[in-house]
Amino acid sequence: MRTPLSITGCGAVSPAGWGVAAMMRLLEAGEKPVPSFLERAVGDEIIRTPVLRVPAEGATTPKFARLRRTSPISKFAAAAAMEALGENRLAEVAAGNLRVGVICTLTNGCVNYSNRFFAEALADPSLASPILFPETVFNAPSSHLSALIGSVSPNDTLISDSTGFLSGIDLAVEWIVRGDVDGCLVVASEEIDWLSSEGLLHYSRNYLPAEGGAAVYLEASCGPVELLRLPDPVSLAGAGREQAACEIRRRLGADDDGKTLLVDGRAGIPRYDRPDAVAWEDWQGPRWSPRMLLGEGMGISAALQTVAAVSALESGLFQNAIVAATGANQQSAGMLLGKNP
Amino acid sequence: MAYFSDAPPPSRPRSVVVSGLGILSPMGYGAEENTIGFRAGRMAFSPVTIFDVSRQRVATAGQVDLPDAAPDGGISGKAWSRMDRGTRLAWIAAREALADAGLSGGEMPLVVGTSAAAMPVGEEYFKQALASPVRRAAQLRRVELYQAQRQMTDMARQLGVTGPLRIVSNACASGANAIGQAFHLVRSGRADRVLAGGYDALCQLVFSGFDALQALSPSGIPRPFDAARDGLALGEGAGFVVVESAGSAKARGARVIAEILGYGAATDVHHLTQPHPMGDTALVTMQAACSMAGISPGQIDYINSHGTGTPLNDIAEGNAIQRWAGDLVEKIRVSSTKSAIGHLLGGAGAVESVICLLAMEGQFLPASLNVREADAVCTFDLVKTPREATLRRVLTNSFGFGGANATLVFGKEGEIS
Repeated sequence: MRTPLSITGCGAVSPAGWGVAAMMRLLEAGEKPVPSFLERAVGDEIIRTPVLRVPAEGATTPKFARLRRTSPISKFAAAAAMEALGENRLAEVAAGNLRVGVICTLTNGCVNYSNRFFAEALADPSLASPILFPETVFNAPSSHLSALIGSVSPNDTLISDSTGFLSGIDLAVEWIVRGDVDGCLVVASEEIDWLSSEGLLHYSRNYLPAEGGAAVYLEASCGPVELLRLPDPVSLAGAGREQAACEIRRRLGADDDGKTLLVDGRAGIPRYDRPDAVAWEDWQGPRWSPRMLLGEGMGISAALQTVAAVSALESGLFQNAIVAATGANQQSAGMLLGKNP
Repeated sequence: MAYFSDAPPPSRPRSVVVSGLGILSPMGYGAEENTIGFRAGRMAFSPVTIFDVSRQRVATAGQVDLPDAAPDGGISGKAWSRMDRGTRLAWIAAREALADAGLSGGEMPLVVGTSAAAMPVGEEYFKQALASPVRRAAQLRRVELYQAQRQMTDMARQLGVTGPLRIVSNACASGANAIGQAFHLVRSGRADRVLAGGYDALCQLVFSGFDALQALSPSGIPRPFDAARDGLALGEGAGFVVVESAGSAKARGARVIAEILGYGAATDVHHLTQPHPMGDTALVTMQAACSMAGISPGQIDYINSHGTGTPLNDIAEGNAIQRWAGDLVEKIRVSSTKSAIGHLLGGAGAVESVICLLAMEGQFLPASLNVREADAVCTFDLVKTPREATLRRVLTNSFGFGGANATLVFGKEGEIS
């Protein structure tokens, strides 16, 4: 028997608000947040894009020098990570008693500053801001997180589609099992920008771009929520999306026993939801689809699903929870979590 | 790779080898051209022609002469046209690595490092969105092809590689981290073989970024470890390796190029873009990689340094090497191949790993070119011109923005384990 691995901390920043509690209240109520509009003027024309923003009020971004100049993506990541880590563990890291690795997963990444910096570079490269450029790099948020908690343990950033968070968990498992770290923060974060929001709407006018962050703290322990199965993701290089989703379901091997919650990746766009819909068509048990309420958060989607699944198990409503999703252009992935007595 | 809580514990760490390599750099296509170039001490910088540099401070880089048309064999014109510049570089190097290993794809993980990924496609999307925002033609295609995972999935499909895909983006350590992750996947028994590497293409945003930071050498000639070094030169390219268990390689009669002996990764939290001046974290990764390899500094025959040529980086790495080697530092042979091909960013760690393997195969030391007077931090043996040497174990360092630090140690097979 392997060392048991548990998720012992969760954090979330979403259009529902700052914190896991705000997100769960919204999911349990089945309410959709109210969208706002990004506007930009192009000549005489105003382009309006509906989006789901993280509300400004209630922000829990930690005070930290490095975060002063960062764009929202790093602030969301930091707030979610701090909630997942908790004050006690933060103190343990600071005291040198706990080695915490950091893994960030992103799809869109640091688009705000990339947009601004490239616009400046096109206008006049000699005036482009040297402060902006380092914040455009994919691993800027993860770097800030390690600095924030004061950890020199390994730190990786993975680029992926909406399922990437599960690959992040997989890498965290490696680190923990190998003994490289005592625990690992796995974090996903995305920020809204006109560029990416308009880009998403090229896929479907019905998408509602969203932003936020989510984090879990994974460690080797018999915690209340244990990681039971994390099969290899199925690459879309070798399988169609529906075939990949069906294969993930097979690999998860979870029973539809009425006590198992399925938290799927459907966003409410039938064309893109089809793999999850087909693979789990006969699922009779309870089923949540957080993306339908929280919007299309790209890289944060599977992370928010995971936080929802963990919270549902902690509440005692279910014995097991499946997180399953098929991304747009990389892989289908899934995970089975169980509640310890 | 899968995790199941009721599965048996992992077996003892396995020996891991490199059974295939591929490289495309400003020095040339493939192992042979690169070996000849590094052995001759050639420099490979030229004017940048793929985007406008007329208003930049610097106008040269290590640019690869990449054909617009699909290379003969192995890929259709349509598939080639969908690939961004970076993925084309990656595909060429990855295909060479697979062929070198005697493989034609198969069910194996693909672990790839990149920093800028398909940024040129994103740049085109951005320009179009600004110029004509209501014109939707081709914009969906640009959004889709901008995404690194789409590009790498397409590349995997073209190569016939069907296992899980992992894309590591740890800035300039990405390529080294990708190989390091592949090493662990094989070492732990989670995979028998992995295709791993790194790539990055030149692009306007990143070029402008390094120029804005005034990190580029105004002369366009990088002088890593020179007392009067004034910055780096950018380059582009890709390096790939097939990382395989020794048992698997031997069972199928594959050529074993080298053994991967150790890997260390750690995070420098000193500053987003500046390393700790004493090289604290570089020291940690070098020590960790050598500890895993079971060797001491005196057993390392060559260090391919990160050696960017920027004032702060070279000092930090030099200090780390001094602290790591102690009394043996004078005997430690070090060079930076960025002096010949530039800084390949997300591809650097992988390309430099392949250069190490080529050096070990050819038994020569590639040089740190352009050094006039070495910085005082160079108490080690700075290799200023290529030399013949006996190489049994080599070490390569990679450090990136955000403090991503990585060290890999390679050895002639059977030297240690």
